[in-house]
Amino acid sequence: MPRLGFTVSIAYSADIMHILRTLKVEMLSGGDILIRGLQEEDVEFVFGYPGGAVLHIYDALFRQNKIKHILVRHEQAATHMADGYARATGRPGVVLVTSGPGATNAITGIATAYMDSIPMVVISGQVQSHLIGTDSFQETDMVGVSRPIVKHSFLVKRAEDIPLVIKKAFYIATTGRPGPVVVDIPKDITNPTDLVPYEVPGKVSIRSYNPASKGHTGQIKKAVTMLMAAERPMIYAGGGVILGNGCEQLTEMTRQLGYPITNTLMGLGAYPATDKQFLGMLGMHGTYEANNAMHHCDLILAIGARFDDRVTNSLNKFCPHAKIIHIDVDPASISKNIDVDVPIVGPVDTVLTEMLAQVKIVLPKRTDTQHSRLKEWWEQIEGWRRQDCLKVIKAKGEEKIIKPQEAVSAVYKVTGGSTYVTSDVGQHQMFAALYHPFDEPRKWINSGGLGTMGFGLPAAMGVQVAFPDATVTCITGEGSIQMNIQELSTCAQYGLPIKVININNQSLGMVKQWQDMQYEGRHSHSYMDSLPDFVKLVEAYGHVGFQINDLEDLEPMLKEAYAIKDKLVFVDIMVDPNEHVYPMHVAPNGSMRDMWLSKGVRT
Amino acid sequence: MKRILSILLENEAGALSRVVGLFAQRNYNIETLTVAPTEDATLSRLTLSTIANDKQIEQITKQLNKLIDVVKLVELTEGEHIERELMLIKLRATGAQRAEVKRTSDIFRGLIVDVTSTTYTVQLTGTGEKLDAFLSAMSETTVMEVVRSGVSGLSRGEKVLAL
Repeated sequence: MPRLGFTVSIAYSADIMHILRTLKVEMLSGGDILIRGLQEEDVEFVFGYPGGAVLHIYDALFRQNKIKHILVRHEQAATHMADGYARATGRPGVVLVTSGPGATNAITGIATAYMDSIPMVVISGQVQSHLIGTDSFQETDMVGVSRPIVKHSFLVKRAEDIPLVIKKAFYIATTGRPGPVVVDIPKDITNPTDLVPYEVPGKVSIRSYNPASKGHTGQIKKAVTMLMAAERPMIYAGGGVILGNGCEQLTEMTRQLGYPITNTLMGLGAYPATDKQFLGMLGMHGTYEANNAMHHCDLILAIGARFDDRVTNSLNKFCPHAKIIHIDVDPASISKNIDVDVPIVGPVDTVLTEMLAQVKIVLPKRTDTQHSRLKEWWEQIEGWRRQDCLKVIKAKGEEKIIKPQEAVSAVYKVTGGSTYVTSDVGQHQMFAALYHPFDEPRKWINSGGLGTMGFGLPAAMGVQVAFPDATVTCITGEGSIQMNIQELSTCAQYGLPIKVININNQSLGMVKQWQDMQYEGRHSHSYMDSLPDFVKLVEAYGHVGFQINDLEDLEPMLKEAYAIKDKLVFVDIMVDPNEHVYPMHVAPNGSMRDMWLSKGVRT
Repeated sequence: MKRILSILLENEAGALSRVVGLFAQRNYNIETLTVAPTEDATLSRLTLSTIANDKQIEQITKQLNKLIDVVKLVELTEGEHIERELMLIKLRATGAQRAEVKRTSDIFRGLIVDVTSTTYTVQLTGTGEKLDAFLSAMSETTVMEVVRSGVSGLSRGEKVLAL
């Protein structure tokens, strides 16, 4: 049967210690070895919270100065910070939490990272080896609890194993389809009095883990032939393009081909949003033109996207005329929801480079007929574009009212698109995705897969820590912000000058929208009538707070807020409480093109 | 459709729970599961049977392959294979039934491995269908207890699942 027991660490006798010393083998404690391992991985920041089971590790952290530790106020925030850091930099985020409640508090953040394939290494303390399984104080089976939401996990059994485990953890977290890896370390393994020989491990290889390093050339050729033969092609690119650093190749290939492109919520920024070939986001709250182009196209080139249910609407009505090429590093993403015609398993950067080279060869051979068909396709798309689906409609007497869309647009206008934007989850997230164009990858950071309220502020903090001089904006709502508002204290401690844009509609807007549309307006528990005075609240934390009520104050006050470079500014924008997010897919039983365009108006 | 998967798994703590957990998490079902270390002590070999259509089994094998602890796997039911299951069945054997149980057991090439004055315990190996057939042939007899090992299997001929 699989081994379930533990190997107890060998106690090194005085004689052996003497021999090891003369051999110049470095003797270190497990705690110090762990920190060394992190240093070997060039870890700059660890986001964490101390507690009993990790005290040895925290002491080892104290006795070094290469790695900076950021002390959060709740472990969930540590994981989101590490996550935001990872999304903005492309490097793995590192979290350190204690056993039991420390570990379980981290779970939501680990699940968030897992759903969006974010590289993260979470080190959790565990009770001492001999206490495991005895329901001891602050004991949780962290490997068990986190199992369905990690790419892999380790329970360390000997201090000597730490270097290799850490190396493997980073290797697994960052390669192939990235994801979070949990390393659970019992307290006795890091004991400062138990010294073991420390050796830097060489290159890791794991016999059962060999992610694809390039795509199948034959399949790529086939795909290029299909791309050239298509009459109504469509490029559908997701977060995988950003994670796989394939944005340059994607942009160049899309421009060379002259094809329309849409990005998923996770893929925004993979292709410049202000470019004329960009049709906006697709899916449940996608644009009229993107969703229609998808529905009517005869070829989809899907890259680093996973045909999520928030994209496809009803699977049996999805894009009835389209052949599908799908590039993804994870074979399990291919033909999971939608059957594809040409699967290409491989990293987006190498696959797209190879594909681009082939495209360049065949492009000059394009016939006049092909050119005119593409032109016709674009004419059809321009027709959908003229619908102007994102136009903000204001009734008479609403001139002074701030629509949430206007708030987001004003942020874009004031910052000139120079800011990183993190968001929480709900209506404000969709407004941010639709009304703030992203021209660069890694500038838009949101919880797409899990939809985690409370993500925005700590994610912004992770970004700000990574880029202290950058402008970082957290677009949030009065519901979401309160799910991790305690982190305003962390922002004060580390002087993080984030701009928090609180789109305040005094209700859980997305819930309320669904209740309006599907439950005859019965607002069951979507209304909050005891909201705090956010301005006073942030001032209590030592930050600056503004409240904006009038449309005419919106831009000037936002300018003022962004002019304060050295302080966190919380801008509480009171918006129309009755606004809905449109377009919106008609569901259930709708196709990509079946949308609500405004209240009561559908395609 | 019944599928049999044969999996080589790292013989590590928690590896089996990753496989079992995957099935629960993704709403697949496990019909039978057998597991034991192989001649290489670092590896366990699992035989797992499940009910799935072509699309489902493709997802199941892909998801299993994603588990870091899964070294290799093959769907045995894709080709010619041998499958065996072991069953121990305790039957009430008194009076006229006693001879009848013995006779039926012989027909199925079962072995009577434990005898008391009122019971017979029969050991039977074969495919799941054969074991089912034996059970239905025993429908007149009181079955006191049944234990089945679940399917084990391998491919016919030269084909092997090994590193």
